[in-house]
Amino acid sequence: MEAVFSVVIGVLVACGVYLILRARTFPVVLGLTLISYGVNVFLFVSGGLVADSAPLALPEITVHPDPLPQALVLTAIVIGFGMTAYAIVLALKANGEFESDRVDGEREG
Amino acid sequence: MNHWIIAPVLLPMVAGALLLVLESTGLDAKRYVSVVATAALIPVALGLMGIAAAGEQQIYYVGDWPAPFGIVLVLDRLSGLMLLLTSILATASLLYSVGGDDTKGADFHALFQFQLLGINGAFLTGDLFNLFVFFEILLIASYCLIIHGGGPARTRAAMHFVVLNLVGSSVFLIALGVVYGTLGTLNMADAAARVASLDADSRGLVRAAGLLLLLVFGLKAALLPLGFWLPSSYRSATAAVACLFAIMTKVGVYAILRVHVLIFADPVYGGFSLEAWLLPLALATIVLGTIGALAASELRATVSYLVVVSVGTLLAAVGLSSREALAAALFYLVHSTLVTGGLFLLADLIGRQRGEAAARLDRSRAVYQPALLGTMFFVAAVAVSGLPPLSGFAAKLYILQAAQASAAVPWVWGTVLVSGLFVIVSLSRAGTAIFWRTEDTRGEARPVRGMEALSTCGLLAGALFLMVFGARALDYTEATAEQLLDRSGYVDAVLANDSVSTPASMKE
Repeated sequence: MEAVFSVVIGVLVACGVYLILRARTFPVVLGLTLISYGVNVFLFVSGGLVADSAPLALPEITVHPDPLPQALVLTAIVIGFGMTAYAIVLALKANGEFESDRVDGEREG
Repeated sequence: MNHWIIAPVLLPMVAGALLLVLESTGLDAKRYVSVVATAALIPVALGLMGIAAAGEQQIYYVGDWPAPFGIVLVLDRLSGLMLLLTSILATASLLYSVGGDDTKGADFHALFQFQLLGINGAFLTGDLFNLFVFFEILLIASYCLIIHGGGPARTRAAMHFVVLNLVGSSVFLIALGVVYGTLGTLNMADAAARVASLDADSRGLVRAAGLLLLLVFGLKAALLPLGFWLPSSYRSATAAVACLFAIMTKVGVYAILRVHVLIFADPVYGGFSLEAWLLPLALATIVLGTIGALAASELRATVSYLVVVSVGTLLAAVGLSSREALAAALFYLVHSTLVTGGLFLLADLIGRQRGEAAARLDRSRAVYQPALLGTMFFVAAVAVSGLPPLSGFAAKLYILQAAQASAAVPWVWGTVLVSGLFVIVSLSRAGTAIFWRTEDTRGEARPVRGMEALSTCGLLAGALFLMVFGARALDYTEATAEQLLDRSGYVDAVLANDSVSTPASMKE
């Protein structure tokens, strides 16, 4: 279980880094999104992984997952969503002004 | 529990929401609300600083939940000082913007208030995740403010600023995940208490989290090699925004002071020495900023690189991390924030009167009011380059004195002094180009308005004020440094839950 999670997080972040380094606005936005997915999964499991258990602290359940990371990840998802929306609008604006999708605004040579 | 502690967060939040509602009404109403709400922060911050100066941390348990389960706001000498500094800088830059900058784009005043909400919150919170949330609030407001006024230069700068900070936020979250996974808490005081009883296996992880946080805060503070976004962003931002952003790099410095001095200070227990990590990078930042200031071909670019130099000097003092060095760093922080803020406003005033040449450092028409602007530039140059009799001199002297106890003294002295010399060279070159080597014709007749002169002079007068009341200011910053280094005092104050009225049954 831990191995699956770490591989998933690693692949997501690695793809995100690759896309950001493409330095074109659309891949950069996608890359940021992938990184934030990876980070959200990481946060989600930061309280430890518990398999085959209800996600609630009921009296009859002795081993239950930590509820705090779930609250944290919810906050992080909301914030990440807002930031991505802003980044897309900014990328569109830059594309309109420079007629280029490179993040430095230069045209193709 | 003193409810005024949450006022610096609530006041801008309510004012910002109100300003959004007032969007359709006239500009005058919005300006009135915005200026009143911002200026009201000064007496509130003064009062809070007065309470904090007594020496005890004041804890605000949000929703009356006991620490470490609820979120706490902590008012101590450091946060009181930062709140006061923010309110003064914000009032000055807002008064300046009322001169016309605020009409160049939509929702300036609401965004300005949300920016203040984020900054004040970051200075008050005692919870790491809450710190992240306030960082995001101030960042989203700054993303919008940085393109205020529009134009390709601002869009390009904003693109880099936004992408870098979004990556920074992701790194911040990873660090928080590691801290929670190893220490089991995100309350700063609780984390500081638990780090000492950490088992040997987890220490490496905590150290990694601490270094990741240093990376994030270093990005905000524009520490080399993470600071290349700063000059292009600050030089292209609208003057009032650039002036307010003078506090933004200091938010990063504040976070390093708060989090690393409190939690990651002990190399034995998962911490690391700031002297080994921060000091060399800070000195390199000074070198880069100085080279940039020398090479700049425009006054606003020069000022942006001076911000980089000031961040480097400040972090070098933080890196020394002795009591004297922290006291000197805080004194320098106040000085450099006020003076660089004033310089951004002054650069805009100068640029406006030179017509097409704007603030470029080449031969062009003379400014319309050479005596007024020349005097202001001279005072600002003396203050920022650290010459007597203004506060820059005292601040640098304290830092150099504090460095004597360190093994790195030749590096600190050499870098700071040589950089000071080259900053003087670059400023005299800028002053010569703008005020002396001019054509015979006068520039555009756009005289400085009263409010603009007042806000610019007010910030620059801070340098004089700090010098006159230098002893009292230094007493305060020394007491602040002492409080910062008294980690167990902070931990005990937060975890005592003195003023929580939660029923005993809930406390168990």
